[in-house]
Amino acid sequence: MKASAQRKTVIVGMAAGLILLTGLWGEQAWADTTPLKVDSGDTAWVLVSSAFVLAMLMPGLALFYGGLVRTKNVLGTIMQSIMILSVVSLLWILFGYSLAFGPDKGGVIGGLDWIGLSGVGSQPHPIYAPTIPHQAFMLFQLMFAAIAPALITGAFAERKRFTSAVLFGALWSVLVYVPLAHWIWGGGWLAQMGALDFAGGAVIHISSGAAALVCAIVLGKRRGYGTDYMAPHNLPMTLLGAGFLWFGWFGFNGGSALGANGIAVSAILATHAAACMGAISWCGAEWVHRGKPTVLGVASGAVAGLATVTPAAGYISPLSAIGIGLVAGMCCYAAIVWKGRFGYDDSLDVVGIHGVGGVIGVLATGLCASKVVNPGGADGLFAGSAGFFGVQVLVVIVTAGFTLVATFAILKLVDALTGLRVSSEEEATGLDLSQHNERAYS
Amino acid sequence: MKLIEAIVKPFKLDEVKDALLEIGIQGMTVTEVKGFGRQKGHKETYRGQEYTIEFVPKVKIEVAVNDGQVQRVLETITRAAKTGSIGDGKIFVRELTSAVRIRTGETGESAL
Repeated sequence: MKASAQRKTVIVGMAAGLILLTGLWGEQAWADTTPLKVDSGDTAWVLVSSAFVLAMLMPGLALFYGGLVRTKNVLGTIMQSIMILSVVSLLWILFGYSLAFGPDKGGVIGGLDWIGLSGVGSQPHPIYAPTIPHQAFMLFQLMFAAIAPALITGAFAERKRFTSAVLFGALWSVLVYVPLAHWIWGGGWLAQMGALDFAGGAVIHISSGAAALVCAIVLGKRRGYGTDYMAPHNLPMTLLGAGFLWFGWFGFNGGSALGANGIAVSAILATHAAACMGAISWCGAEWVHRGKPTVLGVASGAVAGLATVTPAAGYISPLSAIGIGLVAGMCCYAAIVWKGRFGYDDSLDVVGIHGVGGVIGVLATGLCASKVVNPGGADGLFAGSAGFFGVQVLVVIVTAGFTLVATFAILKLVDALTGLRVSSEEEATGLDLSQHNERAYS
Repeated sequence: MKLIEAIVKPFKLDEVKDALLEIGIQGMTVTEVKGFGRQKGHKETYRGQEYTIEFVPKVKIEVAVNDGQVQRVLETITRAAKTGSIGDGKIFVRELTSAVRIRTGETGESAL
C-alpha cells in the first residue's frame, strides 16, 4: 500500500539521519565570547517549570480531555496526547529546535545549524536565556512545542484515526508551530517588529485554536451530533486534569521569565488572578444564561482565563490580569454558546477557549503592557503607545491566517497518506476498542 | 407460583428489602433499570449543550413466591416503596411455570 511504504521510507530515513548525526556530533565551542555564568536559581526554576509544563500535557490535558469524551473513547483520547508528546519531543530534539530558534535566516526560519542539538550545550545562549544552560532553554521550549499540537486533538475528538492524529501532530509541529515560534520568539520577522508574546498566546493558543477550527470543519461532525447523548463521561477526571493545567500554568507562564526573579513572580501572580477571575466570570455568565452554575463551566472559565493571560502575563499588573480574566470568562463562554449557531463540531471547544482566548490575550497585551511592570517589555495602548498595539494586531492576523491555510494543506496531505476519520462502525464501537483493542473500564 | 416484578425508586430498595425479609421472603434479585411513566426526566447542561434525559433510574426487584403469598407481598412492597409522589413505580405479576434450586435439584414450590 502506498501509505505504508511512504511511512516506512520516512522512518528509515529518520533513523539513518539520526545515526549519522550521532557520529558527527561533538562539542562545539561558542565563538570567542567569554563563557556566561550559569545561575543555579534560574536554572532550577526553568527545569522545574519544564516539568510543570510537561504535567500540563500529561496528565493535565490528557485527563481534561479524557473526562470530557464518552466512555468508549477515553483511552483513545489520552493516547493521542501521550503519543504526540513523545513524537514531537523527538522531532524537536532532532531538528525542530534548530529550525525554530536557530540563528535567523531572513526572518523566516532558524535553519539547521543546531541539528541534533549540535552546539546546544551547557553554555547559556546570550540572547534567549543568558543565565541558564542553553539545553535548559531548549528543554523548556520543547514542552511548549509538544502541547500545542496536543491541544488541537480536542477539536477532532472521538472520530480521528490514531495514525492520522499522530502524523498530523508531527507534521503540524514542524510546518506550523516551528515557523510561528521562530517568527515570534526565535528572532524572526514579527519579533523584529517588536511583537511580544510572553508565554505563547499566539504561538500556542491562537495557532491551536485556528487549527482546531479547520480540523473541525474538514473532519465533519461526530455521528449523532445534536441528537445523541454525548455528555462527558467523567467530570471528576476532567476537573483533575484542570487542576494539573492550573498548577502547571505556573510553570508555563512563570518559567517564561527564564529566571527566578521578579518577572517570574508577577507573571505567576497575573496567571493566578486571571484564572480565578475567569472561573468566576464564566460561572456568573452561565448562571445568568442557563440558570445554574456548573463545575465544567468553572473549570472552563479558569482555563479560558489562563489561556488569555498567557501572552500578557509578564508584562502586566495584577489588576490588568483580573480585567483580562473577567473578559476571558465572558467572551469564551459566549463563543461556546455561539458555536452551535455556526454548526461546526469542535468537540472539546479548542476554538472557543484557546482560539478566542489567544486572540483576546494578544490584543490585551497590546493594551495593558507596561514598562513599569517589565522594563524589558513594552508600553501598550493604555500606557500611551499605539504602535505596539498595531504590531499585536498584526500578530493575530498573521498567526491565524498562516495557521488556517497551512493546517488545511496538512490535513489534505494526511488524508492522502492515512485517511482522517475512523469508519462509522469504528466510531460507533469507540476509539478504545477499534484503535487500541482496549477497554477503559471493566 | 408467581414471579413478582416491582419497579421502585432506587432509594427505596433497602426499605422494600427489609419489609420483605420481615414477612418471610428469603431471596430476591435486583437489577438497575431506567424508565419513565408519568414522571418527567431532567435536564443536563455541558458547556452550552443541553440534554433532556427522559429515562429515570429505577430499581427492579424480582421475587418468586407461592400463589398464597402473592397478595401479602404486593401489599408489603406497595407500603414500603410508596412516597406519594409521581414515579413511585409499578408492580407486575407473572405466571411462573417452574423453578429449580440448583444446589439440591429441588423443584416446584420447595425450590422457592
